[in-house]
Amino acid sequence: MKTKGRKTLALCLALITAAALLLVGCKKKEAEKEPIKIGAIFSVTGPVSFLGAPEGNTAEMLVEKFNADGGVLGHPIELIIKDDQANPEKTLSFAKQLIEEEKVLAIVGPSGSGNTMAIKDVCEENETILISCAAAEEIVNPLAKWVFKTPQKDSFAAQWDLKTMQEMGIKRIGIVAGSTGFGNLGTEQLKKYAPDYGIEIAIAESYSVGEADFTGVLNKVKAANVEAVVNWSVFPAQSIVPKNMAQMGFDVPLFCSHGFGNIRYVETAGMAAEGIIFPCGKLLAAEELPRSDKQKKVLMEYKEDYESRFGEEVSTFGGHAYDALMVLVEAIEKAKSVEKEKVREAIENLTGFVGTAGIFSFSPTEHNGLDMDSLVMYTVKDGKFVLLE
Amino acid sequence: MSFEEFLQYCLSGVTVGSIYAVVAIGFNIIYNTTGIINFAQGEFLILGGMVAISLSSVMPLLPAILLAVAVTVVAGAAVEIVFIRWLKQPDVLRLIVITIGISILLREAMLHIWDEQMRALPHFTGSEISSIDILGAHISPQALWVLGIGTVIVVGLNLFFKFTLTGRAMRACAANRTAAELCGINVKWMVTFSFMLSAGIGALAGCAISPLAQTQYDMGSSLAIKGFTVAILGGLGRSMAAVAAGIILGLIEAFSISQFPLAYKDAVTVAVLLLILFIKPSGLFGSREERGLKEF
Amino acid sequence: MRWKRLAPVAVLIVLVILIQLVFSAADAVYYLTQLTMSAYYCLVAIGLCLLMGHTGQISLGHAGFFAIGGYTSAVLTTVNLLPHAGSGFVRFLGRIGFVVRRVDLYGEEILSVSPWIAFLAAVILALVVAFVIGLPATRLKGHYLAMATLGFGVIIHAVALGTAVLGESDGISGVPGFRLFLGLEVNGRLKFRVQNYYIAWFLIVAALLLAMNLIHSRVGRALRAIHGSEQAASSLGINPARYKLTVFVFSAVLAAVGGSFAAHYNGGIGPSEATVMKSVRYVAIVAVGGMSNLWGIVLMGMLLNFLSLRGYFGSYDDAVFAAILIGIMLFAPRGILRLPLLDSVRRLAGAGRGALARAGGPLAGILARRGGERKDGEAPGERHG
Repeated sequence: MKTKGRKTLALCLALITAAALLLVGCKKKEAEKEPIKIGAIFSVTGPVSFLGAPEGNTAEMLVEKFNADGGVLGHPIELIIKDDQANPEKTLSFAKQLIEEEKVLAIVGPSGSGNTMAIKDVCEENETILISCAAAEEIVNPLAKWVFKTPQKDSFAAQWDLKTMQEMGIKRIGIVAGSTGFGNLGTEQLKKYAPDYGIEIAIAESYSVGEADFTGVLNKVKAANVEAVVNWSVFPAQSIVPKNMAQMGFDVPLFCSHGFGNIRYVETAGMAAEGIIFPCGKLLAAEELPRSDKQKKVLMEYKEDYESRFGEEVSTFGGHAYDALMVLVEAIEKAKSVEKEKVREAIENLTGFVGTAGIFSFSPTEHNGLDMDSLVMYTVKDGKFVLLE
Repeated sequence: MSFEEFLQYCLSGVTVGSIYAVVAIGFNIIYNTTGIINFAQGEFLILGGMVAISLSSVMPLLPAILLAVAVTVVAGAAVEIVFIRWLKQPDVLRLIVITIGISILLREAMLHIWDEQMRALPHFTGSEISSIDILGAHISPQALWVLGIGTVIVVGLNLFFKFTLTGRAMRACAANRTAAELCGINVKWMVTFSFMLSAGIGALAGCAISPLAQTQYDMGSSLAIKGFTVAILGGLGRSMAAVAAGIILGLIEAFSISQFPLAYKDAVTVAVLLLILFIKPSGLFGSREERGLKEF
Repeated sequence: MRWKRLAPVAVLIVLVILIQLVFSAADAVYYLTQLTMSAYYCLVAIGLCLLMGHTGQISLGHAGFFAIGGYTSAVLTTVNLLPHAGSGFVRFLGRIGFVVRRVDLYGEEILSVSPWIAFLAAVILALVVAFVIGLPATRLKGHYLAMATLGFGVIIHAVALGTAVLGESDGISGVPGFRLFLGLEVNGRLKFRVQNYYIAWFLIVAALLLAMNLIHSRVGRALRAIHGSEQAASSLGINPARYKLTVFVFSAVLAAVGGSFAAHYNGGIGPSEATVMKSVRYVAIVAVGGMSNLWGIVLMGMLLNFLSLRGYFGSYDDAVFAAILIGIMLFAPRGILRLPLLDSVRRLAGAGRGALARAGGPLAGILARRGGERKDGEAPGERHG
């Protein structure tokens, strides 16, 4: 009768599990002053953790800081972070959980464009504020009342690259891009604006996340006789492309997107990273900025807080999470309320807000709020990011 | 296509093909001794690379690599002893599923011990930007290391199986397990040893390719699939054929990039696998009778 | 079909309704979301049960069929033919109802394929692909079959990841709802949630009935005979290749149906649904459920997917499924669940099988009983002394 005992045990375990699940779902929350619930969905682990991990760290750090200072409008903040591991179906499941069960005021994140698009409709329909840390243009275009994003527009980054190329006298380029919304959009923007700067795009190829060997595709690009190469993605591939180019003896300038803003890429690429040119937010040159720069204070503060707490260099990705949370908190304080609609309106009315990615000015038709000046051109020299002269 | 381009594709194809060949040889060693296809073979390469990278920050490169190989060999033995050894009546379905499960567990373990970042060993000679000019095509000196180490592995294994007692004992197990047992060969330990050997050569190959192709926790499965393609292409169990097949597959992959979008590279290589499986599963160099003799 | 065999189905239906009522009463309706998503994954598992558990053929690429179903529905219902609205062909399609106009969430007018046609296209595509792949694949055995199906899954994943129309790494979003009849619609909106829960479960019950019908029919016995020994089965006049192909295609279609509905429910689909890991998860569910045990599989499928979707496994998600897989294969090849309910099903099935076998001739009966009572997971040709 051993089997029967095991059977009964299994049955009991199943029932207990079911009961536990029910109880978990029905638990009540007590609070003196109701905490403000903010949801966060980041890809902390998984294939794009280089985006999500700094974002998650930043969010935690900020919320701790707020709560230590007495919270927002006197309420403590409760941050509920979910790790979607870059799976859109998980993002969706978590978004629904956060919206219905936790009844959050707003969701910060996700880290990736595909994940954001998966929940854009859900947030819009359920009137929950979504401030995404992903860059794809389609997040705010078509405009959704409740959906915002903090990274800079790709079209600005593309134009900065093209402008610099024009100044360097480059006329013919090849593009390799990641096969994501971000990568595709970057390619689109480059193609769209290239004629304005007198540049011809000879070849454009895309690659997927895990791609680790570019000698083949770079061979193809080299054969197209280009004077510069643009690599547009946020993947670790950003380090491999320069290495392959060097090994192949493919000696032309390499331009990147604003996704290059993490010193790890430089470290991984070693000497091959020297001379890479890319646009990025001012965070990476925080120390070099003159004191008169409006962003300097915010940037230095974030940089010092993050680096002392987590022991790694800041990246612009963490900065996007910083901006998202700060925008939200600022809006709550300006609206003097935690009502969703009032906070949403307050975000739209926010102008001149200093963040890490730039100075935000939102409006009912502008849900990103950054302009061309939010980006500056960098290059890599002696293994460090320096402003391009 | 110009000659330089052609040569460039050939060189990168041969380089990456030699890695696939080593993976295939790893498959073949275990398959020959036990009849098991070890889906976790790819993970041995990555494990070797990861351990070497961690060690290389506290010791010079060569001892780091040797120690990494040793660690992976131990891991291989552990895998066999813990999971495979006490299966009394192994049947195909269970074995396949178990080795897949092992591959995933190893991968997740690597994810949690290290993290998901892409890393690389420093180049054995030169740096990330060194480049050797061969008739107009350029390759990294590391590619020569990969080819060299691959050759050493193949030749070394050949000698091992032909001339050493252990090697011959393993071949005996492959030919007829029961007869081998009757001859006094400890088959159980031969099985463990085959895992250790496969893990060892895998780790060595993983270290060799790390500076070029980087090392990331989840690269094992794609290596395994390509390695299996090569093994089947050459005829399952035939190691010399695996070398030729590896080079062929590497070349196919490299030249496919010139014709198709890069994004479909993996689809092309796997399509080769399906074609072989559907048309001639005994591989380019194998024969149908030989395949029929094998248990699986 | 014997009415006694339907008893477990009735119990299941009652359970499903009970769960919904309990959650609604406890104001915890949101759990139904993950249960609905899990149900669509279970459809794949049911098909896989027939393929792996009963016919002994392993498939490591079934996530590919789920993806084919989902992507077909998603692509066709989100493609905007408005720029081509003037062309005669498009106008013709509109007149026969193949394409419909709708307005999306942001006020943009879209002319896309009707979800019903997209669904049919998904099923047909899955059928064709399964046939084309299955024809050569089912001739393979053991490791070769495993690798072929694995390779198939990898190709589908690579295509999904690398094709612009399929959204590449980001997948497809903005998939509209799928209007069925009587005002029922498959979509993810909260108002429709209870509806969708029942729609998903209706599909599961239907699939279960179909599967049970198959299992307890001549076809089912043939499958188990093939599982026992292909040579012996073919010596009885059973054509193994034909039956294996049939089951393969059937399971593929089930998976595609699940994928298609899931795409409408989730409002989108991504390449993560086509990974090797997803295929392995389906295999793990079938294994832990008991290989040929439909009920165990549905139960474990619901439980594991529910927990996974709610994030209970955290970042150890994949590791959990791998551990389950290894654990089951090492310690409990017959699965973990042995509820009294299932045992009575088993006994009934066994009695039925025996009775029908006696009617169908001694050899067939022996083979069928052998096939049904064997250790689950044994491949054909494994019984050598």
